[in-house]
Amino acid sequence: MIRDITLGQYYPVDSVLHRMDPRTKLFGTMVFIISLFLADSVGAYVIATVFLAAAIQMSKVPFKFMVRGLKAIMFLLLISVSFNLFLTDGQVLARLGFLKITREGLRMSCFMGVRLVYLVVGSSVMTLTTTPNQLTDGLEKSLGFLKAVKVPVHEISMMMSIALRFIPILVEETDKIMKAQMARGADFESGNLIQKAKSMVPLLVPLFISAFRRATDLAMAMEARCYRGGEGRTRMKPLHYAGRDYRAYGIYGLYMAAIIGTRIIF
Amino acid sequence: MSIKAEHLTYVYGQGTAFEQYALRDVNFEIPHGQFVGLIGHTGSGKSTLIQHLNGLMKPTGGTVCYDGTDIHGEGYNLKELRSKVGLVFQYPEHQLFEIDVFSDVCFGPRNLGLEKDEVEERAKAALEQVGLEEKYWKQSPFELSGGQKRRVAIAGVLAMNPKVLILDEPTAGLDPKGRDEILDEISQLHDDRKMSIILVSHSMEDVARYADRLMVMNHGEKAFDGPPREVFGHYRELESMGLAAPQVTYIVHGLREHGVPLDSSITTVEEARDAIVNLLKPGKDGI
Amino acid sequence: MGIIRTSRLIFDYIRRDEEENVEEVNRAIDNLNVDIEKGSFVAVLGHNGSGKSTFAKQLNGILTPTEGTVWVSGMDTSDENSIWEIRKRAGMVFQNPDNQIIGNVVEEDVGFGPENMGVPPEDIWRRVDESLKAVGMTAYRYKSPNKLSGGQKQRVAIAGVMAMRPECIVLDEPTAMLDPNGRKEVIKTVRELNRREGITVLLITHYMEEVIFADRVIVMDDGRLVMDGTPREIFSRVEELKSYRLDVPQVTELAHELKQTGIPVPAGILTKEELMKCLLPLFAERFPGKVTE
Repeated sequence: MIRDITLGQYYPVDSVLHRMDPRTKLFGTMVFIISLFLADSVGAYVIATVFLAAAIQMSKVPFKFMVRGLKAIMFLLLISVSFNLFLTDGQVLARLGFLKITREGLRMSCFMGVRLVYLVVGSSVMTLTTTPNQLTDGLEKSLGFLKAVKVPVHEISMMMSIALRFIPILVEETDKIMKAQMARGADFESGNLIQKAKSMVPLLVPLFISAFRRATDLAMAMEARCYRGGEGRTRMKPLHYAGRDYRAYGIYGLYMAAIIGTRIIF
Repeated sequence: MSIKAEHLTYVYGQGTAFEQYALRDVNFEIPHGQFVGLIGHTGSGKSTLIQHLNGLMKPTGGTVCYDGTDIHGEGYNLKELRSKVGLVFQYPEHQLFEIDVFSDVCFGPRNLGLEKDEVEERAKAALEQVGLEEKYWKQSPFELSGGQKRRVAIAGVLAMNPKVLILDEPTAGLDPKGRDEILDEISQLHDDRKMSIILVSHSMEDVARYADRLMVMNHGEKAFDGPPREVFGHYRELESMGLAAPQVTYIVHGLREHGVPLDSSITTVEEARDAIVNLLKPGKDGI
Repeated sequence: MGIIRTSRLIFDYIRRDEEENVEEVNRAIDNLNVDIEKGSFVAVLGHNGSGKSTFAKQLNGILTPTEGTVWVSGMDTSDENSIWEIRKRAGMVFQNPDNQIIGNVVEEDVGFGPENMGVPPEDIWRRVDESLKAVGMTAYRYKSPNKLSGGQKQRVAIAGVMAMRPECIVLDEPTAMLDPNGRKEVIKTVRELNRREGITVLLITHYMEEVIFADRVIVMDDGRLVMDGTPREIFSRVEELKSYRLDVPQVTELAHELKQTGIPVPAGILTKEELMKCLLPLFAERFPGKVTE
């Protein structure tokens, strides 16, 4: 039921992308995003499309899961496309009252639309093939260099992974407390904004108390199991680059070169 | 003032691939003033069932009637129903939030829109009923012991003056004495306020001692319904459902298998003692 | 000297106001002397607030004594240099199954302890495999802890402690939040670890049925040790147990009640079989030919 909700949107199948080191996928996503901002010609977008399509194909995740993320940015997409469409100066193609559509505007808005869609689909490829845990691990390892400037990388990633574990528990707890207060006649729905805010107190106070109690318990349990920060810790599943990861980096290099090439040629 | 469930069914994720019956065609009627024990292992549907009885959950099939009226009928006041059918959740102390005990108990009656005097009157009566001494009333509920917190939470529901009180494992996590105290108070409520009680419990020993009637849930269906002595007669079936009869039942049945003429309906230590003494010392009655 | 020993152990919870002045002192443990033999199964009984949980937390240095000393495998828990070694030797399982599982996947949680100890990866895998097998949770190793039952979560927690290869496991009311099936599951697991692997077990509980298998039962009240003996010795003192807000299993209670009416039943009956063995001859004598022994 509520506990079954999965955070992130990992889609469990076995594929090359699923087996790839999370750092490789993180880096690949970054490369892809940068390439989208460098691309300014049809040729570049064709290359990007091939790259993305290949990744989707390799991930073995059904296509409809890839585009699910688009729903959330629909509004943003519409706004940015229409801004570019109507507000770019240049060779006028059509006129609608005070609005005009220019050749440059059409081109810009098409690119902008494709760019945003690819951005979302591209990051979905990563989140669909990587568990939240692997992602935290990957982030911790790739951002390890930040430790030199006193960024507590290990602690942050530990916090993220604990949050991932406790969010479903707290969601369920919220539901339980809400029901318990409703059984005492509490009303969470009606009333104006102030009344609604006030009616949250009987929910939030117990929820915070419970969260603190859990945090204290967990800290104790972690200490009892010899946890003392990242220092001297080994990993059960250390991240290792395999042949496929090196190959992936090679492909990234070729892809980036091709995208930059289009800027020179076109 | 009866509660009646007819063909009550609840399905999680209806219409999806994950469809799962939490309740399947459950029928019963609880007349006013009954003390019902509701048992079943975790996931048998008993928690889902009790949340239907005060309208916190809406059935996907069948009806729940309070006093003959369908609670999900047009214009039915669910808020009022919740004041009549009080529900005490498991670990109810987790719902406490006010700065002091007394204000917390006032929360329920205040939500009913009662006058201040009436609210305080009820809170006072409820706290007295659960046996929490007056010196604690102005303390923060979070400074009390586990057993005391639980009493405050029960008082919080009692202050709504319900006609039916449903308690989901009110003794979970308490020590033996604390457990007996809470159960005695519930039984007292049943006697003093003439309330109907529905006690959800894992402990067969507890329900055997207090309940007039037992309902056993298994896989979302009602498996048994009857007086404790009758239900515990099915102890072998109960075991296959991951439940068990009280230890005493096993002793009595063990002795009967060897030919000892004991009554098979014995469910408590006191009954067993009296019956055994009667057999072994027939002259010495009156124990 | 046993694996765990306390000498004149005293622990006070001290509440201070903003200026660090002592506001209230609450004595949770009062002059406790215990010696626990290696390889034994010891149950600690006591009502809520009797100090038994505080005692448990002394045993791996989560709390340290106000006065007196606690030794675990000969190491003083007040000595900060040996604290991590002590935590390796004496593992702890807590009450709330949700609040002690750190990993998002069962096997990763079991590996958490060894990771912290700096065990090399291949070795961690071996330990995780063995520990999951020891508690019978191998089939669930790739599952999310959120999808397990309470009893299963506690077994994962026990596996997590086992992976640290401790000499002793302290379980602080591990069954208080479980249903009867979960309780049985956990107790069975713990008994097997004790018997098969020779792990010393200290089980803190207030469920009487769980302690009848123990080698030794300690009863605490008001922070003091008030009873100490085998389950049979302890359960033959029904009235005394009740005075400490405790109870006895129904069989023991029935035997005790019968004894009080003058029926010759020995004290400290623990199982249904024992009780039937004493009652059947009496019935056979009373109803000759009808009752078979």
